[in-house]
Amino acid sequence: MNTRKTIVWTKKDLLGLEYLSRQEIELILSTAESFKEVTTRQIKKVPALRGKTVVNLFYEPSTRTRVSFEVAAKRLSADVINISTETSSVKKGETLVDTGKNIEALKVDTIIMRHNCSGAAAMLARHVSASVINAGDGWHEHPTQALLDMFTLKEKLGRIEGLKVSIAGDIAHSRVARSNIWGLIKLGAEVTVCAPKILIPPGIEKMGVKVTNNIDEALAGADAVNVLRMQFERDQSNAFPKQLEYFKTFGVTRERLKKAKKDIVVMHPGPINRGIEMSSEVADGANSVILEQVTNGIAVRMAVLFLVAQANERLKNENTD
Amino acid sequence: MKILIKGARVIDPANNTDDVRDILIDGAKILKVEKTIAAQADNIIDAKGKIVMPGIVDMHAHLREPGREDKETIASATTAALRGGVTSILAMPNTSPCIDSAESIELLKNIIRKTAQMNVFMCGAITKNRLGKELSDITGLEKFGAVAISDDGASVDSDEIMKEAMQHAKKKNILVLCHCEDKSLSADGVVNFGFTSTRLGLKGISRESEYKRAQRDIRLAEETGARLHITHVSCAETIEFIRQAKKSGIKVTADVTPHHMCLDEEAVLEYDPNFKMNPPLRGKEDLAAIKQALKDGTIDAIATDHAPHTENEKEIEFDRAEFGVIGFETILSVAITELVATGVLSWPELVKKLSYNPAVILKVNKGALAPGHDADITVVSPDKEWQVTKEGFASISKNSAFLEKKLKGVVEYTIVSGKIAYQRG
Repeated sequence: MNTRKTIVWTKKDLLGLEYLSRQEIELILSTAESFKEVTTRQIKKVPALRGKTVVNLFYEPSTRTRVSFEVAAKRLSADVINISTETSSVKKGETLVDTGKNIEALKVDTIIMRHNCSGAAAMLARHVSASVINAGDGWHEHPTQALLDMFTLKEKLGRIEGLKVSIAGDIAHSRVARSNIWGLIKLGAEVTVCAPKILIPPGIEKMGVKVTNNIDEALAGADAVNVLRMQFERDQSNAFPKQLEYFKTFGVTRERLKKAKKDIVVMHPGPINRGIEMSSEVADGANSVILEQVTNGIAVRMAVLFLVAQANERLKNENTD
Repeated sequence: MKILIKGARVIDPANNTDDVRDILIDGAKILKVEKTIAAQADNIIDAKGKIVMPGIVDMHAHLREPGREDKETIASATTAALRGGVTSILAMPNTSPCIDSAESIELLKNIIRKTAQMNVFMCGAITKNRLGKELSDITGLEKFGAVAISDDGASVDSDEIMKEAMQHAKKKNILVLCHCEDKSLSADGVVNFGFTSTRLGLKGISRESEYKRAQRDIRLAEETGARLHITHVSCAETIEFIRQAKKSGIKVTADVTPHHMCLDEEAVLEYDPNFKMNPPLRGKEDLAAIKQALKDGTIDAIATDHAPHTENEKEIEFDRAEFGVIGFETILSVAITELVATGVLSWPELVKKLSYNPAVILKVNKGALAPGHDADITVVSPDKEWQVTKEGFASISKNSAFLEKKLKGVVEYTIVSGKIAYQRG
């Protein structure tokens, strides 16, 4: 696999895993390995992005992703500015493109954006020369989440190629599911998605996955299961009985795991709904890597911040030559 | 004032003409179409190597005036249309005010009279404010000149109201033009339902939402005997229903837009709102069915669905952006590039779809080059290439699906009622 080493990251933005090659994904993961080592040092900071400015532009409330990016950027010595749209001119009706251009006018190098509209990151990236990192756009993609999931899997099981990975939960409305599917398939995993019929989006098999409506089937023989958050808070009507019903039919419990591989890796992008998609025993059990995912998120996001900044600098130098 | 056009390949499907001819125009009418005309004229156009065709009759366009003059005006729209070789337009009623009464259509008629640079025909609304609840004043609309009725993007849900509207239309002998969409099936979709909507994480608009409504409208046309026109057909199933209806003698016609006849859903993958339209761009098999239907005559016409939008409403998040694209200035070139140059249609077949058939469907005295006809004529260099740019558009809005595309076919002259209304600079 020497060819991997010769790959250079050339993209200014990270919009989704659908748009990356296997080699590019592997490059992010191997770069993240080096940065993980940094996070174990006593002084957890490197000067890689010193003098660079990174903006967290969040159109949706988020704590964990925003904080993870902020920690990652700070460990690379970048200056970080957080903009939440609750307190910005977006409230006054400014368009996304105008917001982007105004941020860019502050000579910002990278914009990390979370937005409730699918495709918002692509739209922003077309209009600014700063790097854009998609921190989740609508139901579309959440690439750094999938990258940290894959990083964690690789760390636990030594490889991605040939692994059987199941993704369970609201597939239809999940950006985490889409990014994981594209990434895992590109890296050679066998992916099964599991949800009630109504939460399986049309044509998903064309992404290369198997589909099941039975959680036991999804768990049987799987090397890992990624359990998604059920967003019942979107739909308040009769939420409680529906939650119980979901837990009974699809919840990942100790009993269900007994029939799965003994060392099945259990992941969750958080925040967990204990007793809805997963029981507390499983969330806190020996198979769970949920907190390791959080730790690995820093290394993966450091890698992404570093790679896009480097590529953008090269692009700008080429343009001024 | 006489104009003599010399030496062009004249294509006039109404009279089965496709040959080198001279055309003499006298006043607003065509005087002669002959092998060689040696008459005196005030203006002689040497059209050797060019194609001369009856001006395009665009039977589906949004001119935005009155109400949204920031997007387009009748003056700007008709200026743009002239550059595209269009000489007649059917204006949709979704303006503000909505064209649903004698008063509102008179208002529109006045603006047209003062500012239009070509024939603008009017389409009245089927229901008041296009809300689908109460019939508009169809008699009044017809009296003031409406040649068609349509609720445009708001397909009438009630069978009874639609049936009643068709009965009125039948009595007045005006066309019923339908954007077929059952909103209970399309919900708030923005792209084709299926793998594309899944891949993009956007809500889908199903094909059922179109073809089920088309099926109903065809049934009502059969029951009432009204003339039904299904506009901007997007999917294979709808085409099949139209094909069967035509076979059984129901009075139904159909058009397709330039974008639906050459683009498919993959154009949307980068979330560029210039590919967001309703109906959405569909699959490859639909595109193939559309081309086949253009060939076999199931689709009678090509119409722009010219839908200007400001950048503020278009260059924004995909699911918040307005539907639709502009089309006047590219309709002919896109058709030449995508249909004639690729062998889907011959030139005479194309002229039929652009000019002759829509005139026949609307029952207006256009679309032909015979002596005595209105002198609405387009002169085009068929092989000359050009590139579409935002800066090049005369439309106030720039939301085109063909930006940066290289197209074949350049309009040299557009003549309206015997006057050179546009000449390429």
